[in-house]
Amino acid sequence: MATHAATHDDHDAKPSFAQRWLFTTNHKDIGTLYLVFSLIMFFIGGSMAMIIRAELFEPGLQLVQPYFFNEMTTMHALVMIFGAVMPAFVGLANWMIPLMVGAPDMALPRLNNWSFWILPFAFVLLLSTLFMPGGAPAAGWVMYPPLVLQSGESLAFTIFAIHLMGISSIMGAINIIATILNLRAPGMDLLKMPLFVWTWLITAFLLIAVMPVLAGAVTMLLTDKFFGTSFFNAAGGGDPLLYQHIFWFFGHPEVYIMILPAFGIISEIIPTFSRKPLFGYKPMVYATASIAFLSFIVWAHHMFTVGLPLGGLLFFMYATMLISVPTGVKVFNWVTTMWKGSITFETPMLFAVAFVILFTIGGFSGVMLALVPADFQYHNTYFVVAHFHYVLVSGAVFAIMAAVYYWIPKWTGHMYSERWGRIHFWNSVIAVNVLFFPQHFLGLAGMPRRIPDYNVAFADWNMVSSIGGFWFGLSQLIFVGNIVYTVYFARQKASARVWEGARGLEWTVPSPAPHHTFEVPPVIMPGMLAHDDVSH
Amino acid sequence: MSWTARIGAALALVLAAGSATAAGGHPVPWQLNMTEGASPLSHQVYDLHMYGFWVCVGIGVVVFGAMIIAMIRFRRSKGAVAETWTHNARLEVIWTIIPVLILIALAYPATRILINESNTGDAGLTIKVTGYQWKWRYDYVDYQGRPVDRVGFISKLASASDVARQLDSGISPDAIKSKTGYDDYLLNVNEPLVVPTNTKIRFVITADDVIHGWWVPALGWQADAVPGLIHDMWGEIDTPGTYRGQCAQLCGQDHAYMPIVIKAVAPAAFRGWLAAQESRARLGTIARTAQLTPVPAPAPRG
Repeated sequence: MATHAATHDDHDAKPSFAQRWLFTTNHKDIGTLYLVFSLIMFFIGGSMAMIIRAELFEPGLQLVQPYFFNEMTTMHALVMIFGAVMPAFVGLANWMIPLMVGAPDMALPRLNNWSFWILPFAFVLLLSTLFMPGGAPAAGWVMYPPLVLQSGESLAFTIFAIHLMGISSIMGAINIIATILNLRAPGMDLLKMPLFVWTWLITAFLLIAVMPVLAGAVTMLLTDKFFGTSFFNAAGGGDPLLYQHIFWFFGHPEVYIMILPAFGIISEIIPTFSRKPLFGYKPMVYATASIAFLSFIVWAHHMFTVGLPLGGLLFFMYATMLISVPTGVKVFNWVTTMWKGSITFETPMLFAVAFVILFTIGGFSGVMLALVPADFQYHNTYFVVAHFHYVLVSGAVFAIMAAVYYWIPKWTGHMYSERWGRIHFWNSVIAVNVLFFPQHFLGLAGMPRRIPDYNVAFADWNMVSSIGGFWFGLSQLIFVGNIVYTVYFARQKASARVWEGARGLEWTVPSPAPHHTFEVPPVIMPGMLAHDDVSH
Repeated sequence: MSWTARIGAALALVLAAGSATAAGGHPVPWQLNMTEGASPLSHQVYDLHMYGFWVCVGIGVVVFGAMIIAMIRFRRSKGAVAETWTHNARLEVIWTIIPVLILIALAYPATRILINESNTGDAGLTIKVTGYQWKWRYDYVDYQGRPVDRVGFISKLASASDVARQLDSGISPDAIKSKTGYDDYLLNVNEPLVVPTNTKIRFVITADDVIHGWWVPALGWQADAVPGLIHDMWGEIDTPGTYRGQCAQLCGQDHAYMPIVIKAVAPAAFRGWLAAQESRARLGTIARTAQLTPVPAPAPRG
């Protein structure tokens, strides 16, 4: 029996592939699974974007039928939102939150395994609709009725896939809250936690609040489609706009679910490479909480053109504009953190600086969109497409890439190739602007979104945008190459601290982080944490 | 036009594009900015858009300027030594209050325009717009306080565009031109909506199947057409001309192929057009009645 017990506890034991990855309850392994899954989905969603940009390269239909084009825009959004961006943040949370708060693992390890392993099945279901009779859903990712009710039987599969993703997200969120509130090391007070932990704590509450709302909305679609109810059918006494209200009550907090963890990442990276503590730690926490609160009272700005009463338009315009105040506080604090620092520009910092500038550009178009009369001209055009790709691609996705470059030495014990990291960065940052900046012009000139073909006046900027799209897509192969190089081929060993200016518990464990860390809670010494001076 | 030639021609056009948009009837190549449109509302919306834009540019210059200075001056390679301060209450209060003041300065004109926009009373002409997959129906409801007698028609993509738009049609979109030589591919219809200039027009907008979006940029707004709901907006066109737009809300496979064309004519010409349409409707009714009603049998004598 003693032998058995010894084997069981032996960290060097080599479990089989299935034991290691399928049955794992280790937060680092699950984090890796999430990140790999997210990268695969990023390329599947990206290849759909390439089809969209190829069809839009020139006026006239050259490649696909309009219905398939609509399937692509719908699936591109669902895959990127639920498959790429959200799982990437959950993967980063799994890897980093226990390391940052000094916990041995996530609070609910088996739930954690389940949260992840639901996702591949959910996405097999979702993607399988592409091969079903009638095709995948093609009513846009927002799935507005009555249009979405014209989908084929595959709608049931899509809805079930969304239910599964929601269950996965809710369980992941419960796990993150339980970990942060219960497993912090002694001395890791709430107001000493790294910003990434804070933003994820708030994000997790948003997830628990809104994923059930989405589940309710799509369940009503399911019964309207298959069981003869009339929630959204005007002819049966229902209201098509009811769906939009419910959907966007989920949808707007969802937008912040995809950006708050990014704020956290940027708030880790900028102080490290500025070698100066984060400016205004507490205002950063309060700003995050304010943004989360406001996200619940702005949903109808996605519906300004449906014919809301004047009072409703004014309320949602003012509430939406208010969001720019806490968001502005964050941007000012990042800039002030850099002010009088001692800055170096390694790849994570390059992506972080690009994030601040390009996310702010997306914020500017957001303020313009909040002005209702102007929105009547911007709504449903490429101006909106440009806006949300600035905040989601050069915002959320750039933050994820910054995080990967920042923490991959900790994960693998090797330094990535700085040279190729910079090549990846410069290609990405130039291409993303060639891709999305002209879409502002297209929208202002009058090009609606979600169209496969357009008047010849829109031809030139569309061609520029498509060239940027192919360039951006190809540039991401450099990212994969650099990751593969770091994991399998890199020789340069990373130190425990990795970055000279890095502070926090995750940098006190060796690189690569051992399979099990903080089995005994760490003793926190002065200067170990980034935010141990609580006077501010 | 080959795409290399298009890029060459475009370089000449790109500087002119900003001013070319003023016409506003339709998009132009390399267009950069929103149309000023042809309605009092669209002028106000354009001004608000430019005001919001310049406010954002101003904030951008300050924020990005500070960032660029920081990135140049405070590099370690230039020997910068990091300071350790972490907060400054006065600064934090200032950059919370200033954005609020900027927002108030933005919200005030936006509110005024919106209140003006929502006043659909006192219209000289009422037109009902109904969205269908994938065409629009226009019904003239009343004109100068008088009900219009059965004037309405379906407006859908012109057949020239409809043929050219098919996959592998072999017809270049550049080959589709209006009589005046304008490239009207996908922005031409079989029958335009005819309206009078300098008349406040109330549009009541709805849909029959799924949600559509009725959008003519020159009017300064778009309005979703929702089945079961009536959405009303107003417009008043100040210059005679042709104004083009598209369905803005995804409505199925042919969403890209249900354009809107408005032909604005002087009120006198409009009255003539409307009278002709009304008499055509009446004649049509008489003709149909004559065909369908059996000839009455002669009354028996005696």
